[in-house]
Amino acid sequence: MSHYYIAAGTNADVITRETVFWILFVVASFAALGMILVRRAVHCALMLAVVMLSLATLYAMQGAPFLAFVQIIVYTGAVLMLFLFVLMLIGISSSDSLKETFKGRVPAWVFALVTAGFAILLFMGIGHAAITSAVPQTDALNGSGNLPGLAQLIFTTYVFPFEVTGALLITAAVGAMVLAHRERTEPKPTQRDLAARRIASGHVAPDPSPGVYALHDAVDRPALLPDGSASPESVSTAIAQRVVGGLGEQPEEGQLVLEIKKEVES
Amino acid sequence: MSPLDYVTLAVILFVIGAAGVLIRRNAIIIFMCIELMLNACNLAFVAFASMHGNLNGQVIAFFVMVVAAAEVVVGLAILMAVFRARKSASVDDANLLKY
Repeated sequence: MSHYYIAAGTNADVITRETVFWILFVVASFAALGMILVRRAVHCALMLAVVMLSLATLYAMQGAPFLAFVQIIVYTGAVLMLFLFVLMLIGISSSDSLKETFKGRVPAWVFALVTAGFAILLFMGIGHAAITSAVPQTDALNGSGNLPGLAQLIFTTYVFPFEVTGALLITAAVGAMVLAHRERTEPKPTQRDLAARRIASGHVAPDPSPGVYALHDAVDRPALLPDGSASPESVSTAIAQRVVGGLGEQPEEGQLVLEIKKEVES
Repeated sequence: MSPLDYVTLAVILFVIGAAGVLIRRNAIIIFMCIELMLNACNLAFVAFASMHGNLNGQVIAFFVMVVAAAEVVVGLAILMAVFRARKSASVDDANLLKY
């Protein structure tokens, strides 16, 4: 019955399972640790993906192939993509601000201490727990197949929680729509309005395109104006941030501009 | 490798997640740490299921996944609403009710 479980499944031999488990143990622990240590939220999301994929493999090893696939499809596929989507909306470079907004904030080492105490508490809890059998009983678990067994439980014993779950999901969908919805407070600008705004701004023509030089031909190179100075409008602000390294800083005085000037003069 | 080792890993992941929630200030990272804690709980549930040889633990883990998905959807929508109002994803900046 169990021969169709995936490769790291229940009847792989013991040494392989031990090896895979301890490798995943280390990988998942360090990825989780990395999650709270890296500065940028995107890197944090990638670390979380590593943890989730490791956990999916561990589920498969414990005779839960259905949960393993749900973990990959729902968590790594949907939830994490949602996180990345919101990260893109909020700003890919968003990281913790070091600016103190209010006085009297509890310093991080206090939290670290609290966490250490919590860890000791939990580990003592495991140590004192009566563990009935040290041997995994995956064969008893999947006597008539994992998926039929799960389906039988969900649609008999757990049928009411299952229906409540449906209510929860639709509430969540409606809630998300309500929260993310934004009422338009002013009428949508028409093409005429946009044209008028453009004329009024005194900047009728499109922004200058980035510079094309003998050695560099890329969107991060500012165009040079007739007087030899660089045109800040020719480089997108998003790219300028990344190239110069400063936040919102235009590449006027940057190393890059000096480089290009040198190149043009030579 | 006994089922207890899986529970140990679950405890480690849960504690790291809790530390992240306490220490980090970016709301998205805090959400991810909550997800990490939910995943750790799932791992413990699956380990207990294989320890006792019945599928109830796996069913509970399945329900936890569904609830987590719903929670993420609403949580991220709230985050977007806060970000729209405050132009920041830091939890320290959401202090309008304080004064």
